[in-house]
Amino acid sequence: MTGTGVGPELIRLDGVDAGYGRNVVLHHVHFHVHEDQFTGIVGPSGAGKTTLLRLLLTTLKPMSGTVHRRPGLRIAYVPQLETVNWNFPVTVEECVLMSRTGRRLPWAATSEKAEAAAVLERLGIGDLAHRHIRELSGGQQQRMFLARALIRRPQLMLMDEPTSGIDVSTRHDVLHLLADLHEDGVAIVLTTHDLNGMAAHLPHLVCVNHGVIASGSPAEVITPDVLEKTFGARMEVLEHLGMRVVVDEAPSHDGRI
Amino acid sequence: MTEGSDVLATLTDPLAYAFFQKGLLVATNSGALLGLIGVYVVLRGMSYLGHGLSHSIFGGFAASQLFAAQFYVVGAGLWGIVSALAITQVAKRSRLGADAAIGVISTASFALGVALFAKFGTSGPSFDNALFGSILGISTGQIVAILAVSVLCVAFIVLAYRPLLFSTFDPDVAQVSGIRVVWVEAGLMVVLSLAILATLTVIGVTLVAAMLVIPAVIARMLTDAFGRMLVLSTIIGAVCGLVGMYLSYFAGVPSGTMIVLVGAALFVIVLAITRGRGLRRSAGLDAHVEEFTPAATA
Repeated sequence: MTGTGVGPELIRLDGVDAGYGRNVVLHHVHFHVHEDQFTGIVGPSGAGKTTLLRLLLTTLKPMSGTVHRRPGLRIAYVPQLETVNWNFPVTVEECVLMSRTGRRLPWAATSEKAEAAAVLERLGIGDLAHRHIRELSGGQQQRMFLARALIRRPQLMLMDEPTSGIDVSTRHDVLHLLADLHEDGVAIVLTTHDLNGMAAHLPHLVCVNHGVIASGSPAEVITPDVLEKTFGARMEVLEHLGMRVVVDEAPSHDGRI
Repeated sequence: MTEGSDVLATLTDPLAYAFFQKGLLVATNSGALLGLIGVYVVLRGMSYLGHGLSHSIFGGFAASQLFAAQFYVVGAGLWGIVSALAITQVAKRSRLGADAAIGVISTASFALGVALFAKFGTSGPSFDNALFGSILGISTGQIVAILAVSVLCVAFIVLAYRPLLFSTFDPDVAQVSGIRVVWVEAGLMVVLSLAILATLTVIGVTLVAAMLVIPAVIARMLTDAFGRMLVLSTIIGAVCGLVGMYLSYFAGVPSGTMIVLVGAALFVIVLAITRGRGLRRSAGLDAHVEEFTPAATA
């Protein structure tokens, strides 16, 4: 799988303008999501990354243009860790099973518990099922939300800043996990502001700044010109071990590049 | 007579009176019902809504007695449901926060109730009884009403358990996951209004909100699991109702006050036992992150 989107189409945005009230955030967007896609949406704050995510989730209606979504498409959404009330009284297992809304009884069926245990085990947090959500580390919390998403057996998973607020080694773990899920046939679209730690590792990127500036592989998209159009600042791009590394051209006062 | 049988006699003597039997049944049921619904009220940061709704219903109570005395319970119930939905909609659709919407709608309704009581009097419960609760004069109809409301609330919470939990914990992701959050919230508002209405006569307008909050907060201090919190809060509410009703009988004070004081005493005891652990659990209980990033930002 290439992750760049050549399989059957799941969602198509054609000529979409979108925003809030009279404020148009995204102009004339064409964007397709395919079955084998693994895409990162990158751009500065306020550029419309999350608005694009909302269009894909269909929680935001376009001001103009059309959004086509394959009938019966199963989407799962993984929110930012920062938006969650971690003091809420819920265990990991309860959190995972809450997205199984079909059951009409409060207690989980044995088969559901087994399924939740299997998903948690697969994500490496099988022994934490009965812990309170606040007792988990950032990476474990992210895995728990992945488990809640996966138990819905999604065809498409949308994630908002999945590596925000977690450390470097956990970020690598999450990246590998997402790559495995993608290999298993789940299409993934995520937003990220982390160019080196996240975006450069993905097979397909879309640069957004009030519209789609460019899309393609990191080699095609992570260039000084595209980055300047996207972020409004000149950045240097280096090649390191076959990967693109973005360096801010203006050195900061503490000597970092 | 032994000391034990003295205590037993003290507890069983009041049961000889029919009014106390009814009062005990209604108070225990009221405590359990408010404890159950209170979990959602507290976790959704709606404590102030419970307070506002009880005051709104008081207005409806007074107005309904004036215009259709025999149907005043139905009138007050409708008034409460309409108030709850109005508060929710005003808070969502305008720039006013929920607290401002509650402040305007419920206090205006309460003021109307006080004015109507003062001008025209009442054929139902007295003004003081409506405010602070009374164990006197509980009719069989009221017992049937509170049992019916309890069955309805339990049925709603059982049948909508996961949608309710999901939309309380993470409303925006719940919406994306196919849950009709608006309908779940509307259903919760209806059962909350009915629960307040059904328990108003025994707990009192001014004290209902406390019984929506105290059992749930105590339960939260004791557990980290949602399912257990629901069960514990219901039991704690029932215990407060039962013990409070006895104390009310012996002390000769309004039932609502004693029920709330028992709840407050339990809170202090649990706080002392659990120390910092309980406080840490209940800190930021309603810390809802209102902004779902997709909705609020670009």
